[in-house]
Amino acid sequence: METLLHRHRDKTVLVLVIFAQLVLIAVQVRNDQDVRMIRVWSVTAVTPLARVLETVRGGGVGFFHNYIRVHDAREENRRLEAELDRLKMENLFLKSELSTADRAKALVAFQARTPSKTIAARVIASGAGANSKVVFVDRGSGSGVEKGMPVVTPDGIVGKVIAAYPTASEVMLVTDPDFAAGVISQKNHVAGTLKGQGHANCKVDYVPSEEKIEVGDLFYTSGDDRVFPRGFPVGAVLSVRSASPYKEIIVEPSGLERGLEAVLIMLEGVHQAIPEAPPANAPVYLGPPPPPAPGEQATQPSGPAGTDADRLRQHYQQLGEAQGHKFGEGLPGSKPPDFNLKLPAAGQGAAQPQAGDAETRRHGDTEKGPTPAQDPKTGVSASPRPRVPSPTPAQPSQQ
Amino acid sequence: MTESGDRILVGNQREQVSRFRARVLLFVPLAAILFQVYVPRFFVFLGYLELPLLVTIYFALMRRSQIGGLFVGACIGLAQDSLSTKPLGMFGIVKTLVGYFAASVGLRIDVEHPAIRLMLTFFFYFFHQFLYWVLSRGLLGEQIAFEIQRTLVLGLLNAIVGVAVFHFLDKLREQA
Repeated sequence: METLLHRHRDKTVLVLVIFAQLVLIAVQVRNDQDVRMIRVWSVTAVTPLARVLETVRGGGVGFFHNYIRVHDAREENRRLEAELDRLKMENLFLKSELSTADRAKALVAFQARTPSKTIAARVIASGAGANSKVVFVDRGSGSGVEKGMPVVTPDGIVGKVIAAYPTASEVMLVTDPDFAAGVISQKNHVAGTLKGQGHANCKVDYVPSEEKIEVGDLFYTSGDDRVFPRGFPVGAVLSVRSASPYKEIIVEPSGLERGLEAVLIMLEGVHQAIPEAPPANAPVYLGPPPPPAPGEQATQPSGPAGTDADRLRQHYQQLGEAQGHKFGEGLPGSKPPDFNLKLPAAGQGAAQPQAGDAETRRHGDTEKGPTPAQDPKTGVSASPRPRVPSPTPAQPSQQ
Repeated sequence: MTESGDRILVGNQREQVSRFRARVLLFVPLAAILFQVYVPRFFVFLGYLELPLLVTIYFALMRRSQIGGLFVGACIGLAQDSLSTKPLGMFGIVKTLVGYFAASVGLRIDVEHPAIRLMLTFFFYFFHQFLYWVLSRGLLGEQIAFEIQRTLVLGLLNAIVGVAVFHFLDKLREQA
């Protein structure tokens, strides 16, 4: 280096002298903003270098920062995924708990409602084997469970106990191929035998082809098998096919529809009535007509409403009132009222029937009540509710 | 190449190095600067004479030392700057480069010949003016135009004057 400077001593001196004078100029000169040129030059000379350094530094720092963030994001993603899985599991668990609580509540309600003596049990295991339709419950002979006892839920029958151990019992489900129970249809009371098929649905066997079974009909236990008391739901008909000599009826067991966790083992069964099927054309409730618009006269019904019996009954009541006779109070042999008496205001009076007499409640239930005009609290329109007559036989009165 | 040509282009450095007394090296530049700042007050046209530049060229050429030439140029230039309104260093840089290059030329050719002196003076005057214009624009941001024709004419005028001045200054050299 020294040799190089000595060799180019003149050039070195030239550069130094020039540089010194440049500095001298820079110290004196100011730019438009009254800043010394030496400062401007220094900043101008240093800034690009600083910018490059800052770019390199920022890039490096940004790269590492992004790398760290990506790394952190990956870790966070992994943690969130784990948390999501945990929450999913927790959600499933809570749903299951809620469902179990609902079932337990329904089970308790059913247990209190049914006249049969039952004991609640939890399904604790299922039988070995792929096609096994057997479960184990946590009630055994120690709890009074015996072989052959029916197992039900509020939704329907589940199966029957095929083995009772001290602390557990083995229950054959209705879907087991070896299961059989006597059943009867709700609508037409067609008897048959429920049999398991080894899968989700069961079949009802021994139903003659001439019997009438429709899809959707419900089957109940008939009590003929001496295992299940009469009147417990079995399931709904999924499909019906005519065959000889018996129909092929597939039933979806209602007791297994919502899973199997808690059941009731029937210690002492009590037969129940099979609920009647709702009539196909039951009376339909119709609401009152809308109130008349302002300025519009409320139209009174022009004639008596209700059945002929209602009108006749009302006519006789008016005749009795006109003659001072009270029906049901006269002694045998006393003079009956004159049923041929001409009522002066019979037409007018007959035109105002008792709305309560003609009013029809749901499912054919009738009850007497005041007309809307007579009861200012209700505010119901004066027009009576029409009744859709049912072609089915009249239900027994519950008055 | 002829013998005179060899003398012009090569020469013997040791024999051709001119030596001046110290007071000559001090007085002549000072006189040139004073002339430039004082005489034009009375004779305006003499303001076009760049005597400090001519003195710089002469001493650099004759001393045939690049370092000596650039120091002579720097000193004369800074002195000239100190008397001008321009920042210190503008003439200093320009005359430093002129002194350096003039000394470099003086090392290689015989600068005793009047024609050579005329051409070198003309060239360095043009170089001096051009470099000063560049620095004025570059360092000071002055928006001034470079008048080539005027510069060439003044360069020729200064070259002619320079030959005469050089002849006068040759008298001040120490005798070997």
